[in-house]
Amino acid sequence: MEREVLVKAENLSKKFGDLVAVDSINFEILKGESFGFLGPNGAGKTTIMRMIQNVSPLTSGKLTLAGMDVTERNREIKALIGVAPQDDNLDPDFTVFQNLTVYARYYDIPKEKAKAKAEELLKFMQLEKKRDTIITTLSGGMRRRLILARALMNEPQILILDEPTTGLDPQARHLIWTKIRNLQKQKVTVILTTHYMDEAAQLCDRIMIMDYGKIIEKGKPADMVKKHVGEEVLEVLFSEEAMTCLKQNFPDARIDVVGDKIQVFAHKPRGVLAKVLEEASFKGALIRNSNLEDVFLKLAGRSLRNGR
Amino acid sequence: MSRIGALFRVPKISYRVWKVWMRNKDVFMKTYKTNFLPSLLEPILYLVALGFGLGGFVDAIDGKPYIQFIAPALVAVSMMFSAYYECTFASFVRMYFQKTFDAIIATPITIEEVITGEILWGATKSLINSSIVLGVITVFGVPATPLLLLIPPLAFLVGLLFASIAMCFTALVPNIDSFSYPNFLFITPMFLLSGTFFPLTQMPQILQTAAQLLLPLSNAVAVTRALALSNIQPSIFLNLAWILIVTPVLFILAINLMKKRLIK
Repeated sequence: MEREVLVKAENLSKKFGDLVAVDSINFEILKGESFGFLGPNGAGKTTIMRMIQNVSPLTSGKLTLAGMDVTERNREIKALIGVAPQDDNLDPDFTVFQNLTVYARYYDIPKEKAKAKAEELLKFMQLEKKRDTIITTLSGGMRRRLILARALMNEPQILILDEPTTGLDPQARHLIWTKIRNLQKQKVTVILTTHYMDEAAQLCDRIMIMDYGKIIEKGKPADMVKKHVGEEVLEVLFSEEAMTCLKQNFPDARIDVVGDKIQVFAHKPRGVLAKVLEEASFKGALIRNSNLEDVFLKLAGRSLRNGR
Repeated sequence: MSRIGALFRVPKISYRVWKVWMRNKDVFMKTYKTNFLPSLLEPILYLVALGFGLGGFVDAIDGKPYIQFIAPALVAVSMMFSAYYECTFASFVRMYFQKTFDAIIATPITIEEVITGEILWGATKSLINSSIVLGVITVFGVPATPLLLLIPPLAFLVGLLFASIAMCFTALVPNIDSFSYPNFLFITPMFLLSGTFFPLTQMPQILQTAAQLLLPLSNAVAVTRALALSNIQPSIFLNLAWILIVTPVLFILAINLMKKRLIK
């Protein structure tokens, strides 16, 4: 069955002076799917989010949401979207509950409906005990949940999550993931950006890896892992002998040295690596499933990004 | 369109400006008791120190005691300060530290509407605070005449003027400390030299003219004093016209400058 395209970008570009933040990219996001934008800092992810949510004008190209051009139908589009931004912009002058009801007013939601919706979302986000607390006393995880609740006040078709769990402890992250999965079951289209590869693998149907404003790969997370790094990775503690031996055993494989470890991406069927391990004895040898992080580091490189 | 032209483009705004205004009103009402105190105490201090204290050494001005000369000026000064501080420091905190504007423009409200709502709220603060001062000066001997009822609407208009001026500065300053430049170079001299504490006629003609043309407060003081002391001269219509012409220009400029700062 052909699924409806909800967000469509054609040759989308954004420049800040001489800096090209988004460089003529094309993508489509389907209704009901969860789509992740991955990339190092400065890759252009947040810039794309800001163009989708209609607060940053395009430099060139075309961007449509639900068939509406973002340059023309500003208000209608913003009414369809819920945004959980990267920066915490909850209103510190209000309580938890008021943060939701004041926000509902910006959407013209009638008072009684807004109150009912706010109560419902506080329950959903497990914040009902904090209902009348001033938000400055909330923990990081609670603030994130409140931001997510606020993004749902207008019952959006599209939910934009810009790094939804950055800086949270594991318990708080998993709680947020559970809530996002609940929303996915309700067929909300989720667009998210993240640095965390496990988060992308957990939450996204399809992902797009970006660097320097360009798309370097897109597809389903599992397919991408298979294609670029194979199913398994062999890790061995670094030594010259181990290196020589591995090169002989895997002449076609990509062999990386990361810190004091050697990583072998052999693209072999399961079991082949284990057999090699049995025959040779390496120090600190380990076979693990390869993951999205391996793909990401392969495609985006290991160098640190700063100031872009 | 040219760059200068873009700064004076008339913005499209809707009823949604009041949603922004209501947000600020809701916050204000949470702490209204502490909000009222400064506007009540400050004019009393000025009236006692300058009116009674200094006034004992000063001759009557236009046949009125000195305290009646400065009392209406204090009402006008409070219009200026309330709108100015609301749309400089308070707006800057909302914009920069709290990111409240960012949160609002993610909804169907536009940046133009956010800034307009802020300016309308600044004008409202002018109305509220100067009305309190107006109450105080009637206790200190300014006769309660029907003309006083025109001062609150005037306060809203003058508030719009100073809120727009303030918002232009907010759009331009790199950080919150930079407000000390407009404060010391513009607001403080204006506070002292706008016919507030002595008649403008005491100054050389060229300074008088400069004050009337360049200092918004001098026009506000002239109109407020005329209404408070029931002394309507034709010249106050010129002062009023000045306010009515300059306010919309600065209002539009403020919105476009803020748009330039925030929409990237």
